[in-house]
Amino acid sequence: MSTTEILFFFLSAMAIFSAIMVLISKNPIYSVLWLVVTFFAISGHYILLNAQFLAIVNIIVYAGAIMVLFLFVIMLMNLNQQHEPQKGLWMKLAGVISGGCFMMVLVSLVRQAVDLKSKEALTFGGDIGLIKNLGRVLFSDYVVPFEITSVLFLSAMVGAIVLGKKD
Amino acid sequence: MSKLVYLIPLFPLLGFLINGLGRKSLSKSLIGIIGSGAILASFVVSVLVFFDVKANGASVITLFNFISIKSLVIPFAFQVDQLSALFLLIITGVGFLIHLYSTAYMHEEEPQHFGRYFAYLNLFVFSMLLLVLGANYVIMFIGWEGVGLCSYLLIGFWFKNNDYNYAAKKAFVMNRIGDLGFLLAVFWLIFKLGTATYSDVFAHVGNLTAFDISAITLLLFVGAMGKSAQIPLYTWLPDAMAGPTPVSALIHAATMVTAGIYMIARSNILYTMAPSTQTVVAVVGLATAIFAATIAIKQNDIKKVLAYSTVSQLGYMFLGLGVGAYTGAVFHVMTHAFFKALLFLGAGSVIHAMHHEQDIRKMGGLKKFMPITHITFLLACLAIAGIPPFSGFFSKDEILMAALAKNPIYYYLGLGGALMTAFYMFRLYTLTFLGGFRGTHEQEHHLHESPSAMTIPLIVLAILSVVGGWVGIPELFAKDSHSLEHFLAPIFAGSAAIAEQHHVEASQEWIYLIGSTVLIVAVIFWAISSYKKYQPTTEENTGIAKVLENKWYVDELYDTVIVNPLNALGGFFKNFVEKNVIDAGVNGVGKLVGYGSRQMRLLQSGQVGNYLLIMVLAIVVFVLVWFNDITIMSYLNRIFKMA
Amino acid sequence: MPIQYYIYLCLALFSIGIIGALTRRNVIVVFMCIELMFNAVNLLLVAFSKMHLGMAAISDKASTVGTDGQLFVFFIMVVAAAEVSVGLAIIVMLFRNTHSVDINFLNRLKN
Repeated sequence: MSTTEILFFFLSAMAIFSAIMVLISKNPIYSVLWLVVTFFAISGHYILLNAQFLAIVNIIVYAGAIMVLFLFVIMLMNLNQQHEPQKGLWMKLAGVISGGCFMMVLVSLVRQAVDLKSKEALTFGGDIGLIKNLGRVLFSDYVVPFEITSVLFLSAMVGAIVLGKKD
Repeated sequence: MSKLVYLIPLFPLLGFLINGLGRKSLSKSLIGIIGSGAILASFVVSVLVFFDVKANGASVITLFNFISIKSLVIPFAFQVDQLSALFLLIITGVGFLIHLYSTAYMHEEEPQHFGRYFAYLNLFVFSMLLLVLGANYVIMFIGWEGVGLCSYLLIGFWFKNNDYNYAAKKAFVMNRIGDLGFLLAVFWLIFKLGTATYSDVFAHVGNLTAFDISAITLLLFVGAMGKSAQIPLYTWLPDAMAGPTPVSALIHAATMVTAGIYMIARSNILYTMAPSTQTVVAVVGLATAIFAATIAIKQNDIKKVLAYSTVSQLGYMFLGLGVGAYTGAVFHVMTHAFFKALLFLGAGSVIHAMHHEQDIRKMGGLKKFMPITHITFLLACLAIAGIPPFSGFFSKDEILMAALAKNPIYYYLGLGGALMTAFYMFRLYTLTFLGGFRGTHEQEHHLHESPSAMTIPLIVLAILSVVGGWVGIPELFAKDSHSLEHFLAPIFAGSAAIAEQHHVEASQEWIYLIGSTVLIVAVIFWAISSYKKYQPTTEENTGIAKVLENKWYVDELYDTVIVNPLNALGGFFKNFVEKNVIDAGVNGVGKLVGYGSRQMRLLQSGQVGNYLLIMVLAIVVFVLVWFNDITIMSYLNRIFKMA
Repeated sequence: MPIQYYIYLCLALFSIGIIGALTRRNVIVVFMCIELMFNAVNLLLVAFSKMHLGMAAISDKASTVGTDGQLFVFFIMVVAAAEVSVGLAIIVMLFRNTHSVDINFLNRLKN
């Protein structure tokens, strides 16, 4: 088993385990923390795929900014003390079964897809994921969508302020 | 000159549009001037066209193509020949007089209804002119339907009275039955010959089999039966007297009801080639003539008597057509237009004076109050009775002589009808004008002669009733004196060439003429003497008189045989099929959808979780269906087997 | 690495996200599960981008195929960040109005 494979399976197991822990944690704070662990595992995957820029952005934006936001909200509202009402057993079962069906169907779909046979994702090789290359494309071909996202952020900011304001 | 023929129907159409659209803003006098003026203008052009045709012969003027589908071309064309020129004169001439009369007769109406009346009347004249002028059966059919519509509108002119509306509906429905026959005949012609234009049809008539010709002519005759009120479709005409009296004069006596005669005279070649149809036409005409005459003897409504008289006279015309006397039939149309219009207008004058009293039992002695109406009415009675030298004598004599030549039985039955005509007309005359007044004192106080706008048309028509017959003096009296026959000869030349010629010996003809005249005069004196001292009684008529008074119970018979079963069937459909089948089906579908919706609504719980669940399941199902592949199914099978 | 591995991993993460969204009642946890699904998709996009690059690099060493895929991931992150800020604002408002973050109280749409 090569190093790459060892790393891959380790990161995958970590991601799935922590994702499941997100689900089964009773306390939302723990959920947030396990989600951060998941994001770190996914960032590890990015590095494995030599997508350095995205790995960094993922940690900064997701694990950093977004998750901190979640924590803020939970802590500000003092939700960790609150006992979360549980769904009925049948509803939980229905959710798990339908989610399982969903996965099963898609897995079967992938298994019978001939196109995907013997195709490999390039790990460690290829330098398109470097900041230099992505930045060049982003500010040449994708400069207009990039500018538009700034407008999106502005509007999201205004929206968040308006919604969060006490009136 | 013939190029201007399109002006003839154009003037009434313009009159219709102006009066119809401006009926709320125009004054009554202006409406009257426009309505009558349009017809007068048409009359002037008609006179010009008539003399042009007399000098230069017939022509066909094509305005544009009305229908053009592959090989079937139906042009919007006008046939200007002797027959249509004669009818143009009758329609516009008599029509103008009646319009003039109407301006006075309808003067009590509100301006709005006055305008509506003249608009309808102009539209009627327009349709009738189109009917007469059309150079093919399709254009004729447009006019044919147009006059039917106007007839309906004018019978129901006083639409606030429901009985009048029923009369209008009856006329319309009966006409539709006839129109169906006409339409089928036209379709048959187009199917067999690929054309409906007169000249082409008559030129290629040899291509038709005997069966085709018989069927076409019979179907055309069904159309004529409806429009010209022959047995069995005649019952609408007496009821049509619900309309204003001038309308009865114009539409239901002088012009529209002669459309059937015109159509058969126009198609004379077809009829001459179908002897069996001719027999049917003659028998139906004769039966109608006698049947209607018997009913007229016992009617007490002045207009009903005239209506049955019209039906009877139309029967004579069909008898003439049936025995091949086309000229005689057209001649009778012309003279009948004069004297029957005069009779109706005279009756209108009487009704006007009597304040809308129409029962002749309550009249009498009007002679001294209404001298002009009296004299003109008497002249018209003499004309319709067939006293020489009035117009009716010549035309009726021509038809009866042709009948005699064909089959003596026709003649004797026809003569019987003529005697009855003389009887009921002079019964009517005596009860109305002679003896003492039998109405109320108030009515007597108000009796007056009608205004000049009403008497002038009476006088003109009276003159025409007297002299109108002189265009057709039989060969018996003077050689080449029958100028109408010479005039119309080109129209009937085709028939004359193939028909067998029957002639009555001159000496015999004298005997029949004198004999019939003596008989008629005798009947007239009998009628006058027996009704001169008439006093109304409360006794019910009995026996045959009661049957006649009730019009042979034909309306009741139709009610029992046709109307009531249809009503019952309609009731069955309405009460059972409609309610239990159609409504149940429609309501059932509605209820089903409603029930389904109520159940479906439960899915919309408003819970975000439920929506999510359903969304996921839907994606699963969607993927399964989209990639419904053996691989997936077998894979799933394997999983479920393992489990 | 075979691309199927990545696909299975992403499917697993995505399905865990779905199951979480279906079974939990806390709005914030549901929201986090949605973020998890986002990330599963992002990872798959990057994997595919590298798969295409690997296929193109066999013939062309300097190929830049797959750059678009990674940029899309970047944009998804941007949109996700905006979405989270607005979504959390909504949750805050919801909590202020109902004093609860129970998803079952989000049934105002029904009436």
